[in-house]
Amino acid sequence: MNPLLLWFHKLGSPPYFYRFAGRLLPWLWGLALIGLVAGLYGGLVLAPADYQQSDAFRIIYVHVPSAWMSMFIYAFMAANGFVALVWRIKLSETLAMAAAPIGAAFTAICLATGSIWGKPMWGTWWTWDARLTSELVLLFLYLGVIGLYHAIEDRRQASRAAAFLALIGIVNLPIVHFSVKWWNTLHQGSTVKLFGPSLIDGRMLWPLLIMALATKFLFAASLLSRARVDLLELEAGKDWARQVALSGERA
Amino acid sequence: MSYGSSASACRALLVRDFSLVWRRRGDALNPVLFAVMVVMLFPFALGPEAAVLARISAGTVLVALLLAGLLSLDALFRSDLEDGSLEQLVLSPHPLPLLLACKILVHWLTTALPLIVAAPVLGELLYLPRDVLPVLMAALALSTPLLSLIGAVCVALTVGMRRSGMLLALLVLPLYVPVLIFAAGACNAAQQGLPVLAPLLWLGAALALALVLAPLACAAALRISLS
Amino acid sequence: MSEFFHMGGYGSYVWSAMAIFIGVLALDAVAPLIKRRRVLRELRARVRRAQKRNEESV
Repeated sequence: MNPLLLWFHKLGSPPYFYRFAGRLLPWLWGLALIGLVAGLYGGLVLAPADYQQSDAFRIIYVHVPSAWMSMFIYAFMAANGFVALVWRIKLSETLAMAAAPIGAAFTAICLATGSIWGKPMWGTWWTWDARLTSELVLLFLYLGVIGLYHAIEDRRQASRAAAFLALIGIVNLPIVHFSVKWWNTLHQGSTVKLFGPSLIDGRMLWPLLIMALATKFLFAASLLSRARVDLLELEAGKDWARQVALSGERA
Repeated sequence: MSYGSSASACRALLVRDFSLVWRRRGDALNPVLFAVMVVMLFPFALGPEAAVLARISAGTVLVALLLAGLLSLDALFRSDLEDGSLEQLVLSPHPLPLLLACKILVHWLTTALPLIVAAPVLGELLYLPRDVLPVLMAALALSTPLLSLIGAVCVALTVGMRRSGMLLALLVLPLYVPVLIFAAGACNAAQQGLPVLAPLLWLGAALALALVLAPLACAAALRISLS
Repeated sequence: MSEFFHMGGYGSYVWSAMAIFIGVLALDAVAPLIKRRRVLRELRARVRRAQKRNEESV
């Protein structure tokens, strides 16, 4: 069998994943920290002040990556949820449920930093326009998934029910993304484009892209950290979990 | 072993559910009374001035009916779960989405329809402008089945949980928000003299989609919860 | 340096936003570590109980 495929299959086994994730974690944290420092230095110190918003625009370097992560993590959660529902793969169940609190954290950061940015720029802490409202709905969807997961006794059934809920809520994701295009919103339209030139100065763009990468590494690190603990708890009766507990490893 | 057709199974289910509701027909008034209470709170909270109340009347009626419907959602599967017939339903050879669609239909007819009938009275309590009323009724006719269908999927996920009230609300309200936005949008447009067709058509489209997809999702959710 | 903290007059906004970002993500990073300690403790207790049961039944 193709070695890559074989490795992928092995990854579905909890003890193998536990060890693999344990080896990856220090690297992910390291890359995340480096990215954060580089991105924040670039954004707070190196990037020139905006001619309209002066230095207040620097909030973009935490607000926008958090917004991107809030949507990326939801898609990740829903994709793993789909795999968990269709193929009942234990690892997918664990990854989906571990991603939920991280996604909720990023969504909360996005809403809070956005509100703080809005006060000096728009003169208000909040407005009920399409972008903000749909992002708030996204937060409630995350909280609902987390709440449902913790409300059901059987862990595997709980993760499948919560994954199902996450899939139902996926319809909100395009609404958040296209809200600034479909409706008249106070929130500005897209400036960073995937295809074609972005509407933002290059010296301001590169720290933003570094922050986007750094937050992805942060997510990966936090996800693997949570998934390892959740797997230990889920597999508490198994030998490999006992070995881990007895070996008293710190990592 | 031969069993009857799906049509006769649906008819039997409809007759059974209607009979069960009929035996406790007094309870059907509870959501209506709740909605009336909620609506009554607003004049106390905001002052009895007609202009202020008329401004918020359509939206308040919508929210009151939405909350009343939310409270009555739990009754959809509760009694069937307790006497074991829910599992029989899931195990039956007839298509589960079809059977669930029948259950949701009975639930809507017995909980939402009284609320819709009460809506004009509720509107009057808040000085709803006369020309907004037809739009409100149209919005209700389109949105309440949507709320029942979406609610049924979420109830299926939490069926069997003892203290699921708050959790159910948390699950269902983010999904209710778009429905409320369009229904209220239609009413607000009517109140300002703007065209109302667009939001109503959106509601209609969502309803058409939900009529097909929600029973399927509800069946899948039920299978997950009862597994 | 003080100009850096002043942020063109928007210092309180920019720095509170940064603080929320760092703070929430730090909490998010630490939470699984706390849970891990609890889970390992419970696992070890479970192993001890199983051993005791084995010894008693022998």
